[in-house]
Amino acid sequence: MNEIITLNHGSGYRLTHELIRDVFAKTFGMEGPLTDSAILGEQGYLLAFTTDAYVIDPLFFPGGDIGKLAVCGTVNDLAVSGAVPQNISASFIIEEGFPIDDLRKIVLSMAAEAIKAGVKIVTGDTKVVGRGKCDKLFITTSGTGLVAGEFAHISTAKNVKTGDRLIINGPVGNHAVAVLGARHEIEFRSQVTSDCAPLNSMISSVLAGCKSIHFMRDLTRGGLAVVLNELASMTGSNIVINEESVPVDDAVRGLCEILGFDPLYLANEGKVLIVAGGEEYEEVLDIMRKSPEGRDSEVIGEITAKKDGKVVLNALTGGKRILGVPSGLQLPRIC
Amino acid sequence: MLQMNDRGIRYIDEYRDKVLIRKLVGLIRDSAHSGYTFMEVCGGHTAAIHRFGIPSLLPPGIKLISGPGCPVCVTGQTIIDKAVAYSRKQGFIIATFGDLMRVPGSLSALEKEKAAGADVRVVFSGLEALEIAKANPGRNIIFPGIGFETTAPGTAVTVKKANDAGLRNFFLLCSHKVMPPAMDSIINDGVNLDGFICPGHVAAITGSSVFEFIPGKYGLGCVIAGFEPVDLLQSVYMLVKQVNERSQSVEIQYTRAVTKKGNLLAKQLMKEVFEPCDSYWRGFGIIPLSGLRLRKEFECFDAEKVFPVKTAREVENQSCLCGEILRGLKTPSDCPLFSGVCNPLNPVGACMVSEEGTCNTHYKYAQ
Repeated sequence: MNEIITLNHGSGYRLTHELIRDVFAKTFGMEGPLTDSAILGEQGYLLAFTTDAYVIDPLFFPGGDIGKLAVCGTVNDLAVSGAVPQNISASFIIEEGFPIDDLRKIVLSMAAEAIKAGVKIVTGDTKVVGRGKCDKLFITTSGTGLVAGEFAHISTAKNVKTGDRLIINGPVGNHAVAVLGARHEIEFRSQVTSDCAPLNSMISSVLAGCKSIHFMRDLTRGGLAVVLNELASMTGSNIVINEESVPVDDAVRGLCEILGFDPLYLANEGKVLIVAGGEEYEEVLDIMRKSPEGRDSEVIGEITAKKDGKVVLNALTGGKRILGVPSGLQLPRIC
Repeated sequence: MLQMNDRGIRYIDEYRDKVLIRKLVGLIRDSAHSGYTFMEVCGGHTAAIHRFGIPSLLPPGIKLISGPGCPVCVTGQTIIDKAVAYSRKQGFIIATFGDLMRVPGSLSALEKEKAAGADVRVVFSGLEALEIAKANPGRNIIFPGIGFETTAPGTAVTVKKANDAGLRNFFLLCSHKVMPPAMDSIINDGVNLDGFICPGHVAAITGSSVFEFIPGKYGLGCVIAGFEPVDLLQSVYMLVKQVNERSQSVEIQYTRAVTKKGNLLAKQLMKEVFEPCDSYWRGFGIIPLSGLRLRKEFECFDAEKVFPVKTAREVENQSCLCGEILRGLKTPSDCPLFSGVCNPLNPVGACMVSEEGTCNTHYKYAQ
């Protein structure tokens, strides 16, 4: 059978990585580790450049909408690369029949997030396609930001070493659960809202106050577990995570129990993993907790050794298991 | 509709209590004198055992092996092939449990058919499929009914409701199975076992009494277990004690859900709608009276009767050890296909397909 794209290719798990590697990266001749932003430029200054496409159903969900997502996502991709986000472009593919009022709402929320994040939306494009040719509205944003030379290593993880601590800035899984609830495919009601937020302000205070930030990555599609595995394979280091230190809101945990999902694999839109030097992590944690986006920050684990690039989870029970990358989307289980 | 407040659900932490876990692990270590092999029959148990890292807590003499209790794993390819065939028909909607999406048939899988344009929708229960039928009067809705006594009552309710509402566009592709005959078949195949961790949710419906033939006829221990770490460890401890004291019997650890008689209403519903039939189990072949089919008065909802489709004969990859693995005779690492040719993206045998399949959980939580 000829291969076709299935939804699984967009899951953020193994099939997504294979697609990116085999179809895109090879053909475009992209070398080295695939990071959240490309770091460009020569002597003197460095430019981070990133792009992301946003497709989400529904367009409006508790805690945000596709516009907020598109701005925050690009701002965060730049910020976790050690860049100060500056300029953003936005392209819209709009389906014939889409209400202009909804478009205005979405654009207003983009403008509001841009102000909050201190970035300018400087260029864009609009295309309208016939009914059924796209699902209501797709947005692509690209962004640039300046990276100080001392932070160029962050997205590559090359300074990560044994003894470094892993910190996340709050509970995981809220975005995925909020969107799942709004989608009404699985009928449930909860107060869970998306964590969608720009993280550049928190990150810039961390970078200003600490010298040993060795890696950052936002915990979007694929969730915490996938980012941890990417880090392990980029560095060849083993990572130990303490399950009970990973914050999960009670409502998210309850829904995951019932639906058979693991919150460690769920998408977030306002969460970042920060790897900080073992001697300095307490200061990093303090700074993060002073920011509204980092109030609930926790140390969740540690880089233990350069070995075989495995992520080991100390389960709540005191037992251990490997935290792997799932092959496909999490599907609701039968029983 | 499910409502979730900010406090989440209660009684999770109580069954994951570290102090209690440590105490149980200590009790098991102190009482396990020799080697013990226990089979967890239910796929939900297999997944929980790995998720909570239970094997790393047990002394090396205690081996847990996984049995045939993942419904997706034991469902034959023919059912998938039929679902695929229906999905390709004009005007048909497949409303299926999510687990079935990726299960490979002989030529395709529902997930691939969906990507190629078929109308395949994931539902959480048969009742959702019924809603789809009501909303789409001009189209035929096929609901693949899979699973054991846990899901069969839900399907029975669905069929009765479809009947009461006079729905003529809802059809069941019935592949429901019952557990005790499969356990009987495993024991008869001569596996080296000291006892069973019996399926908690199946037993919530059937009652504990359906397992009594196991100690009675074969002298093997049985503990009906819950799905939390404390449940599982307590059940292992109870089994070790049964073996040590030679007091093999059916004990209920999962007392908050299971009684001796079970759920009488659910059993009555199953009896009203289904009758026993021989059934094909992947890896086991035909097991007499281990399946459920619709009774005559409900035949108008039987997809296979109303829309007969031809499918290829059941063919399985000869190198695949799923059958032996489901019987507890082999482990995934014994299989030449495991993690190479056969992996979650390209599952050869069904044990690799479902999240709860033995090979899938071994792949995911590789020790």
